[in-house]
Amino acid sequence: METMDYSLIDWSRAQFALTAIYHWLFVPLTLGLSVIMSIMESIYYKTGDPEWKRITKFWMTLFGVNFAIGVATGIILEFEFGTNWSNYSWFVGDIFGAPLAIEGVMAFFMESTFIAVMFFGWNKVSKGFHLASTWLTTLGATLSALWILVANAWMQFPDGMKFNPDTVRNEMADFWAVALSPVAVSKFIHTVTSSWMVGAAFVIGVSAWYLLKKREQQLAYKSIRIAAVFGLVATIIVSVTGDSSAYEVAQKQPMKLAAMEGLYNGSTGAGLVGIGILNPAKESYADKEETFLAKFEIPKMLSMLAYRDPIAFVPGINDIMKGGYDAKDAWGKPVRVLSADERIMSGKIAIQALASYKTAKAAGQDSFALKSKEVLEAHYSNFGYGFIQDKNDLVPNVPLVFYSFRIMVVFGLFFLAFFIYILVAGKRGWLEQKWLLKLSIATIPIAYITSQCGWIVAEVGRQPWVIQDIMPTFAAVSHIDTSSVQITFFLFAILFTILLIAEIGIMMKQIKKGPGH
Amino acid sequence: MKNPIVEIYRFYAEGFRSMKLGKTLWLIIAIKLSIMFFVLKLFFFPNILNSKFDTPEEKAEYVGNELIKRK
Repeated sequence: METMDYSLIDWSRAQFALTAIYHWLFVPLTLGLSVIMSIMESIYYKTGDPEWKRITKFWMTLFGVNFAIGVATGIILEFEFGTNWSNYSWFVGDIFGAPLAIEGVMAFFMESTFIAVMFFGWNKVSKGFHLASTWLTTLGATLSALWILVANAWMQFPDGMKFNPDTVRNEMADFWAVALSPVAVSKFIHTVTSSWMVGAAFVIGVSAWYLLKKREQQLAYKSIRIAAVFGLVATIIVSVTGDSSAYEVAQKQPMKLAAMEGLYNGSTGAGLVGIGILNPAKESYADKEETFLAKFEIPKMLSMLAYRDPIAFVPGINDIMKGGYDAKDAWGKPVRVLSADERIMSGKIAIQALASYKTAKAAGQDSFALKSKEVLEAHYSNFGYGFIQDKNDLVPNVPLVFYSFRIMVVFGLFFLAFFIYILVAGKRGWLEQKWLLKLSIATIPIAYITSQCGWIVAEVGRQPWVIQDIMPTFAAVSHIDTSSVQITFFLFAILFTILLIAEIGIMMKQIKKGPGH
Repeated sequence: MKNPIVEIYRFYAEGFRSMKLGKTLWLIIAIKLSIMFFVLKLFFFPNILNSKFDTPEEKAEYVGNELIKRK
C-alpha cells in the first residue's frame, strides 16, 4: 500500500499554479494586442495614411516584446505534466495529448511563419500580404488558445471518451464531443474575449501615459479610439459568455457554483450574493457557523442565472454532500443525486473492480475479467471519489473562489463603464482630464488581476479534481521527492521574476522611446 | 528566374541583420530556451514514466498499480 505525502501534492499544485499564473501574464496581452494591431494595420491598408502604419508598427513592437518574453513559458507546464503529474498524463492519454499536439503544430507553423513576415516584411512584401500575415499571426495565437482551452474544458467536463482498463487510459471516442463541448465553447469565447479586454486596457493605459506627458498625442488619440470600441465590444461578449460559462458550471460542476456563491444550504428561488463578507470562523461545511457576516443579495437571481428558472432549486455545499435531491446530471438526464458517502463507496468499488480486472486478466480468467469490467464501467463516473480520504477535501477553498469571482465580476462591470466613458470622453474632448488618464494607466494592472481571478475561479473552484469526478490531485501526482518539487518551485520563481523584470524593463524603455518618425 | 528558397533565405537573413530591439529579444529567447531545455528539462524534469519504463504495457501496469494502491 502506497502512502502519499500530502505536502508533495501541495508543492506540486503550488508549482503548477505559479507556472500557469506566470504564463497567463503574457497570453492575454498577446491575444488582445494582436487583434488591435491587426485592426490598425487594416485601417492603414484601407486609408494608406502613413500615420496608421507608424501606429501599427509601434504596437507591433510592444507585441513583439511580450511575445518574445512569454513564448515557451507554457512548455514548462508540459514538463510538469511528465514529471509531477505522470499518473495524470498517462491516464488522460490522447484526449489531452491530441489538442496539445494540434496546438503545437498550429503555433509553430502559423505563428512562427507569419510573425516573421509581420516583422521583417514591411517594404518587402505587398501591403495585402503583410496585412494577411498580421491577421494570420493573430489567428494562429487564437487557435493555439483554442486547443489549450479545449483540453482544459475536458478536465472540467470529461466527455467523448471511454476508459480502457487494459491501457489504464481514457481513450477518445468522439473528437467533436471533446472539441465542441458546451464547456469548451463558452470557455474559449469567454477567455479569448476577456484577453481582448486586457489588450484594450493596455493600449488605453499606455496611450494615456503619452497624453499625460503631452507626447505622441495623435498616436494616443487614435489608439484610444480603436481600443475603447474594441474593449467595449469585448466586454459585452465577455458578459454574455460569462453568463453561459456560469450556466455550464451550474449543470456540470455544482460544487464550484456553490463555492462561487458561498452557498452552503441550497434553496428554491435562490438569491445571488452581489456583495458579501464571509464569516472567517466558518472552517468546514459541517460546522454550524453562519456563512456571512454581511451580504447584499438579489432575490431569485441565482436560480434564474443557474437554471433559467426563478424558482429552481440550487443545491448548496451541504446538499451536494448529503445528496438525495432530484436534479439533472451533466448530460441533462434526470437523476437522484448521490451523497458524498455513496459516491466515495461507488468510487472504491470502481477502483477495486479495476484491481480485480487486472488480476483476472493476468490469470486468464476472462469471464471474471468481463464481470469486473462491467462493474468498473457502472461505477466509473465516481472513480475519483474512491481516492477521497476526508469528505472535507471535496469542498474547494470557498473564500478564495467566492472573493475571486466577485473581484472578476466587479472589475468586469468597471471595465464596461470605463470603456463607455472613454468613448464619451473621446467624443466630447474630455480625454485630457488628469484623473481619467491616471485611472487609465491604473486599469492595466486591474485588467491582469481580473483575468487571473477568472482562472482562480475556474481552477481552484474545481478542486480537488484534475478531471472532474474521475481523478483528484491526490491520485494524479507522481510519487517523487517533495524536496525536488520545492527546489524547482524556487528555481521557477527566480527565473520568472528575472524574465518579468526584463519584460517590464524593455517594455517601459520602448514606451518611453516612443514610435519614432 | 529567382529561386524561391534563396529568396526566402534572403528574406530571413536581411530581416535578422536589420534587427535592433529584436537582437535583445532573441538573446532573451535563446537564454530562456537554453535554461529550459538544457538545465530544467535535463536535470530537474525527467519524464517519470519514460525514464522508468520502455513499453506502453509497463507504463500501464505501473500507473494501474499506482491508482489501485494509492492511499
